[in-house]
Amino acid sequence: MPNYRIHKTEYIDETKRVSFKYDGKTYFGYEGDTLASALLANGIHLVGRSFKYHRPRGIVSCGAEEPNAICQIGSKKDLTEPNVRATELELYEGLEASSQNCWPNVKFDIGGINNFISPLIPAGFYYKTFMWPKSFWKKVYEPLIRLSAGLGKSPTEPDPDIYDHKHVHYDVLVIGGGVSGIISAKMAAKNNLKTLLIDDKKILGGSTIYQNNESIKIDDKLSSEWLKNEIQEIKKLSNLTIKTRTSIAAYHGYNFLLAKENLTDHLPEEKKKNKIRQRLWKIRAKKVVIATGSIERPLVFNNNDRPGILLSNSINKYLDYYGVTCGENIILFTNNDSAYETSISLHKKGIKNIIVDLRKSASSELIKQAENLGIKIYFNHVVTNTFGYRKINSLEIMKLSEDGNTTVGNKIRLSCDCLGMSGGWTPMVHMHTQSGGKLDFRDEDQVFLPKENSEDQISVGSCNGDFDLENIIDKTVNKINKFLDIDNQDYQDTNIICSKENDKRNIWLLPNKIPLGKTKCFIDFQNDSTAKDIKLALKEGFRSIEHVKRYTTTGMATDQGKLSNMHALGIIADTAGVKMGTLGTTTFRPPFTPLTFGTLVGRNVGKFFEVVRKTSMHEWHVENNAEFENVGQWKRPWYYPKNSENMHDAVQRESKAARDSAGILDASTLGKIDIQGTDASEFLNRVYTNAWSKLAIGKCRYGLMLNEDGMVYDDGVTTRISENHYLMTTTTGGAANVLSKLEDYLQTEWPELDVYLTSVTDHYSTASICGPNSKKILNKLFPNLDLSDENFPHMSFKEDKLENINCRIMRISFTGELSYEINIESKYGHSLWKMCIESGKEFNLTPYGTETMHLLRAEKGFIIVGQDTDGTMTPSDLQMDWIVSKKKYDFIGKRSLYRSDTIREDRKQLVGLLTDDPKEILEEGAQIVSDVKSKPIDMLGHVTSSYFSPNLNKSIALAVVRSGKTMKGQKLIIPMENKNINVTVSDTIFLDKENKRLNA
Amino acid sequence: MFLINCPFCGDRDQSEFSSGGEAHIVRPKQPTELSDDEWAEYLFMRKNIKGIQFERWNHVHGCRKWFNVVRDTSNDKILSVYKMGEKPPVNYK
Repeated sequence: MPNYRIHKTEYIDETKRVSFKYDGKTYFGYEGDTLASALLANGIHLVGRSFKYHRPRGIVSCGAEEPNAICQIGSKKDLTEPNVRATELELYEGLEASSQNCWPNVKFDIGGINNFISPLIPAGFYYKTFMWPKSFWKKVYEPLIRLSAGLGKSPTEPDPDIYDHKHVHYDVLVIGGGVSGIISAKMAAKNNLKTLLIDDKKILGGSTIYQNNESIKIDDKLSSEWLKNEIQEIKKLSNLTIKTRTSIAAYHGYNFLLAKENLTDHLPEEKKKNKIRQRLWKIRAKKVVIATGSIERPLVFNNNDRPGILLSNSINKYLDYYGVTCGENIILFTNNDSAYETSISLHKKGIKNIIVDLRKSASSELIKQAENLGIKIYFNHVVTNTFGYRKINSLEIMKLSEDGNTTVGNKIRLSCDCLGMSGGWTPMVHMHTQSGGKLDFRDEDQVFLPKENSEDQISVGSCNGDFDLENIIDKTVNKINKFLDIDNQDYQDTNIICSKENDKRNIWLLPNKIPLGKTKCFIDFQNDSTAKDIKLALKEGFRSIEHVKRYTTTGMATDQGKLSNMHALGIIADTAGVKMGTLGTTTFRPPFTPLTFGTLVGRNVGKFFEVVRKTSMHEWHVENNAEFENVGQWKRPWYYPKNSENMHDAVQRESKAARDSAGILDASTLGKIDIQGTDASEFLNRVYTNAWSKLAIGKCRYGLMLNEDGMVYDDGVTTRISENHYLMTTTTGGAANVLSKLEDYLQTEWPELDVYLTSVTDHYSTASICGPNSKKILNKLFPNLDLSDENFPHMSFKEDKLENINCRIMRISFTGELSYEINIESKYGHSLWKMCIESGKEFNLTPYGTETMHLLRAEKGFIIVGQDTDGTMTPSDLQMDWIVSKKKYDFIGKRSLYRSDTIREDRKQLVGLLTDDPKEILEEGAQIVSDVKSKPIDMLGHVTSSYFSPNLNKSIALAVVRSGKTMKGQKLIIPMENKNINVTVSDTIFLDKENKRLNA
Repeated sequence: MFLINCPFCGDRDQSEFSSGGEAHIVRPKQPTELSDDEWAEYLFMRKNIKGIQFERWNHVHGCRKWFNVVRDTSNDKILSVYKMGEKPPVNYK
């Protein structure tokens, strides 16, 4: 097996050999390697197939911008992870990785045929081709595309890993631990600012940490040595927190940032167990320093995508950091000085290399150094083609014309096993733009730079367009002093010597004798978009960069504009003859690098997914076989099936028992608001539609609450406990909103009222006992209480004690039966319930759930807000004009009740419906019509509540129907899928119209 | 996510608050005297401007107090907060 590891470095621990599997084959690397560096050490460049043409692709970079080396990690159904960049994945013992997007394997890929039919797959191919015939989309095109495309496979079983969230606050957050980030963090922390420094790599230092060129020195030391010293120093600072393996995912407003910390991804399987895998940091920082650096640009020439073609600086990092050479015969193709650093490094390690520089000439310290070492340089030349299917084996270069628009002279063929390209540097402005910052364009080296416009974030270092070390350090120090309003002198006397780049020449699309249609000049390796695609999009009339991006898919998916954006823009600008700076850029969206769902969700999985509210009687319901219904966050008993009863049978039994003898309901979830103050009566007058001033102490009253637009908002019974003390009940789901609304009016419209509101929903538990035998049960529970109609009539309230514990008892009814609600402090709720059940045994006291409650109230025509109303129903629509006071001057919503729209007579109004076949039960939500023959059919309304009443032995329903009030006795039709159901409009009250049962 | 300086509790995450729309719309004292159009003006019409806007916020998962906020809707910067009943800062008029 070839070994490309040619020297030792301090970052690779050669005493710790690590075995891993790639595409089923076992290889070895060392602790400190990434998967990419270990593969390269084994001579493996080919790591995937391209998305559209299935061309062989190799490792291109050494970081987050990697477009090709994207792997599927692991093979277990619950632990596999797709789209992991081999360049970021730290190697660990037992790692299993495989290449993506190729079938049957990376070396022989059937989809590779697309490469040869590529003239048939231009930009927008999918949009153009799969449009027709329309019927083919679902059955033919979509499954085909899904099969042959896609990046990796999702796990199919729940993620067993543990994830965590953490909220932190800092004075200063520094993003990026390169030279400018380290300086910034040190300056901030030394000035007593609580500082957080984060970096996505395992160690700090960015690209300076492996910098070993003699021409770049700080205080007479190699820049890497100087920086190591600085890192040692900042580790001693007590108010600086350093987080490595942590990357910012999103930069939101108000300096709220999300970061992902990798805790166990680099550990072998057995050490990952029971540990938190990733942690999401929710960071609030008063000030943010962005020091995210820059990434090298590729160059756009024919066949620039073969395995073995990498970014020049990545070759340098693999060599000096990982000790791995990417080839033995390397060509570097560049338009700037940075490739010369790579060249000199390679030369020093004995790797033969030559430079192709498209600049006419160049002079700087670095170039002089390369020339002195005897490195061959072709100035004013460009690469025009490359050769080699699974790996590059040679290339052709040609001389550039004076204007750079064409090539001249003869082709020169050069053999090589690796090509490094450097098209200059792109500042990573993602964080700056995510924070809302705008960009400026610098023509000189064609970069977008952060525009300083916000007082609480700043960009320093190469992400701010400062590329040489002297510039980086000087400017960072000045900017940080100003930004943090400090006067740090630490770097006053730092002596920096570095090579200065003097010559620039950039050509976005390099010239070629072969016409563009016959070349493959890739701009976006991951999405397989070429220069030709961009030009085609322009030819077809696309102008906005956002449109070109979507049409050609350039810069989409995980690239998010990292590698491809600038070239696309450059080619558009050149073709359309406009200035690049005027085009703007596409939007850089979070996340900067992909986040796992696990990290986002954190601990909120399984039973912690949502808050669950349970009443104090909950355990009894569970023990007694209740099925539960979610009402808001509450778990409410839905029905209590006995033996093998289904829901229908259980509800029929419960409903009958409640009317024949006695039933008991857990009503604890109803919202309860304690209202006190000298103006409490006046307050109720203003919020309810009916009058409250004359309600006697100890009496209860039903109230309807409207929105200011006149629509029914909530309802419930309110009890006057004493002169200035009321207890209001609300619907279960509306409790929080009602309280909020009441507070709103109290605090903003009527601050003069002396009223105090307290939510007591959780403070009291409520057992509601109804039915003809309820009085007897109450009498057993409260033997000293006079339950006679004279002393304790319907709609009144008493206080008594149950074994010395205070109870509030309301005689109110939502079922139409004689009914009592017993309220007790919640901690006694369970005991109260058990005592009720015990006392009721001899009367067949039957526990019933929400479904029976709904049925019983529907028999009486009582509405449920939110079921029979939907925010468009006025009291009059509900035939509840009786509850709207005519005398009160004002209440919430009053004025809206006689707007031209609310007084329309053809509004939808609440009615009862009886099916012609009494056994037929209507579906809630079903449409109501009068004529099924006319087209389009005129929809008159819909069914809101529907049940089979065991007490009436027939089906009953409530519905809202246009002009329903005037339609009593009229025949209507409910058209269903396979039949039409005939119904007759009826009164909304189906049972006991005279309310005799209330006093039975 | 905003950081909102509740006048009663200090800086808190936006997730503790709910927004109540435009501020300084006073409920008419005598709604019955108003025409449909006048009432609709109060009920439905909101400025919804790009730029400096006066808004109501409620510290609903905190002290439950309503208060006013001056926010630039073009960049989401909160320029000032003040209690109910207080006049808006004159410099933002």
